[in-house]
Amino acid sequence: MINFLRNVGSNFIDQIWRLGAGGRLFGLMLISSGESFRRFRLVVREVYFTGVNSLVIISVSAFFVGMVLALQGYHTLQKYGSSEAIGVLVALALVRELGPVVTALLFAGRAGTAITAEIGLMKATEQLSAMEMMAVSPIARVIAPKFWAGVISLPILAALFSMIGILGGYLVAVPLIGVDAGAFWSQMQANVDWQFDILNGVIKSVVFGVACTMIALFEGYDAPPTAEGVSRATTRTVVTSSLAVLALDFALTSFMII
Amino acid sequence: MTQNIVEIDNLSFGYKNRTLHKGISMTFPKGKVVAIMGGSGSGKTTLLRLIGGQFKPSAGEVRVTGEVVHKQSRGGLYQLRRKMGMLFQQGALFTDLSVYDNVAFPMRELSDLSESMIRDLVLLKLHAVGLRGAHQLMPTELSGGMARRVALARAIALDPQIMMYDEPFAGLDPISMAVICDLIRTLNDALGITSIVVTHDVEETFSFADYIYFVADGVVAAEGSPDDLRQSTLPFIHQFVHGEKDGPVPFHYATGDYKQDLLGPEA
Repeated sequence: MINFLRNVGSNFIDQIWRLGAGGRLFGLMLISSGESFRRFRLVVREVYFTGVNSLVIISVSAFFVGMVLALQGYHTLQKYGSSEAIGVLVALALVRELGPVVTALLFAGRAGTAITAEIGLMKATEQLSAMEMMAVSPIARVIAPKFWAGVISLPILAALFSMIGILGGYLVAVPLIGVDAGAFWSQMQANVDWQFDILNGVIKSVVFGVACTMIALFEGYDAPPTAEGVSRATTRTVVTSSLAVLALDFALTSFMII
Repeated sequence: MTQNIVEIDNLSFGYKNRTLHKGISMTFPKGKVVAIMGGSGSGKTTLLRLIGGQFKPSAGEVRVTGEVVHKQSRGGLYQLRRKMGMLFQQGALFTDLSVYDNVAFPMRELSDLSESMIRDLVLLKLHAVGLRGAHQLMPTELSGGMARRVALARAIALDPQIMMYDEPFAGLDPISMAVICDLIRTLNDALGITSIVVTHDVEETFSFADYIYFVADGVVAAEGSPDDLRQSTLPFIHQFVHGEKDGPVPFHYATGDYKQDLLGPEA
């Protein structure tokens, strides 16, 4: 019993400590971000690795998510005789929720793990130490460009996700089921609000971008420099990022709706 | 009088509940190759990190060109590190950059040199370690010895005053070992730098070092020129230099009675 309490206590302290260490890294990273903007090609290179390389998984998933949404939506809406509203349903579901959330979850699995593993291995092979000893700050040179690349990539990927999802929904609703194309697009145009739907979706994806990238970077930076340490850190990146995205989504949605 | 580039003064250091160094003092005179020797886990590499300011001592101080390392601000520490070059045990080359870009890295990050000037300097440094022909290879395509030579070229890229070598011979074949040995001495003399070599390879070190410190149990157990130490009658030095498996450093890790361990407490 005492051991159990001791374990709970030490785990709790450990988590608080990690939160503090993560916050400290975030602060240091923000202070050292000047270099990323002066030499923007460092960020562009990372945008390629995190963003462009995630395009395939994002596009394919978006296409299927859009198609499933149209199928399920039509099935329910036709019971109420409003199957023309299918376009609005697909668009709102994607732009407000699924676009940012699913993109962030996929981003954590595809790009987040890659970031954690790369930083963890750079640490294990003393590359970060070597940089420190050369009087080059690894936070300014490695961490900050990756962070800004993640924050830039995720909203763009989420926008693409929504766009391709809508296309998938259209293909199922219009050519396959036979909903009127005019009704599909015009209802969407009339009911999707620029500020309340699209802008809120963008805000969500920026917040998720900050959270996912920062978690991935911290886990890599904090990983014990061993094979086991890096593998655990990679797993933790996916678990923590996913939970953070879902919790943040609830919090943000409640702010945006009320 | 010879000027001391690095001075370690009564330095103590430990991790959480383990004391590694208990009042170590050493001096590293300008232009000399000084080796720090000792068994695995005796805290030799940590000494290099203390000199480089990556760790803070719990007592005592390290002075590099007269300045106390751990009392520097971040900017001051980076200025001080510009005087140092360090060769890491496995080279620590950046795996996403080619050999050329690895050597060019410190020049691009820390100087305003033009690309054409950087190209000349990179080829010059690579030529010094005999790998000008390998400049377009990636680190994964290099053998262990070659990787370490490239890392050496990168470490001397900005002409440091002090070169630190962390186990430069670990895991190398005899030819690569001889090449690195030769390079340490040649670079030291040609560039007029001060070299600190952390190692446990006796023969190689004795062949090129000017002065040697032996670290054991957190203190300097012996020091002197290679010839002095070869003649040493101190039991630990004798065991180490002649590679004897038992002696003051026991073969067995400290443990209880063997018989009792096997037969149980009732035996």
